[in-house]
Amino acid sequence: MPSVPLRVALAAAVILASAVAPQAQDGAERPAWQGHGIKPQSPDSPFDQVVSGLYFRSKETQAMQADDFNNPGFLAVEQGEELWSKLDGAAGKSCASCHNEAAASMKGVAAAYPKWNEKLGKPVNLEQRIDLCRKGAMKAEPWAFGSPELTAMTTYLRNQSRGMPVAVKVDGPMTPWFERGKALYYQRNGQLDLACASCHQSNHGKYLRADFLSQGQSNGFPVYRLRDQRLVPLHERMEGCMQDVRATPFKPLSDEFIALETYVAWRGLGLPVETPAVRN
Amino acid sequence: MADVKPRIKLDKKDVAKGGVIEVKTLVSHTMESGQRKDKDGKTIPRKILNTFTCDLNGKMIFSANMEGAVSANPYFQFKIKPAESGTLTFTWTDDDGSKIQATEQIKVS
Repeated sequence: MPSVPLRVALAAAVILASAVAPQAQDGAERPAWQGHGIKPQSPDSPFDQVVSGLYFRSKETQAMQADDFNNPGFLAVEQGEELWSKLDGAAGKSCASCHNEAAASMKGVAAAYPKWNEKLGKPVNLEQRIDLCRKGAMKAEPWAFGSPELTAMTTYLRNQSRGMPVAVKVDGPMTPWFERGKALYYQRNGQLDLACASCHQSNHGKYLRADFLSQGQSNGFPVYRLRDQRLVPLHERMEGCMQDVRATPFKPLSDEFIALETYVAWRGLGLPVETPAVRN
Repeated sequence: MADVKPRIKLDKKDVAKGGVIEVKTLVSHTMESGQRKDKDGKTIPRKILNTFTCDLNGKMIFSANMEGAVSANPYFQFKIKPAESGTLTFTWTDDDGSKIQATEQIKVS
């Protein structure tokens, strides 16, 4: 049966060819993220250079984010702007009733979140801060996490800090939260037994199957994900990562995710806020 | 969908006769394809913007038909060579028959 070895040889050749071809293609298409970074602000940073997720995406995605008209994330910015002055709740107030013009009063504010809240004795992130205002001053129904309204308002507020450096504080009462976030970042999870650091620290700039791994920075959130065709808040993205490693995700706005958000923001200290960023 | 405000950008609003205007439009819409299922396994009915038209003084000068594969928040970019001054009317028609509309004034001299 002389035909059998020949068939085996042919099959081997085909496998070899298909193994080589995508690699060559990868090399040509790999985004050039090096050289787009900033020097880490802290000597404890795990990175030589801190690079926004923007530079790990394709040229087309980068172009879409750069053009404010083309960037679909601005639909949420506009929605947030409308909600800013919309009266709601028993107190008959809007955000603007207390905070006036967001362009002035909210400039740089969101870049410093999550932030210590003295009254609650714990840090709150931007979503929680918005709902504290709604429950408190406005006497309105808080918006649910993941609702278009809460995400739009978060996006609008983050957008007021666009271009300004991420400036989260991790000292003082924030220290235990920072440490907890750090522990979570390096803790392996799920069936695949992977920690955040397994991909985003040790392997950024490499392919994980079809996905090009970034440093997992949070400076662009909420981001317009082309996959979801809508704005995705940070905790939903973290949930997604945990599902991908086949772990049971923490709940959005849980203490775990607030600690992790704090720590991840610290890893990106000094990166410009990009909200609304566009990612795949 | 009455509260939807489309984003429209013309690179210029004043052109000489024979001049070209580049039009960019972006509209917010979920574009539910009709292929997805909800948590209970039931098909989510299709609800998309199926037609987009651009009229100049009531006369259609550009149109597009959209199908289920068009992603959410459809974006169009096209060039027009307007014959006269007047009102550009942009219309997106939803599967449920409702329309999203916006207008822009242009001048041809």
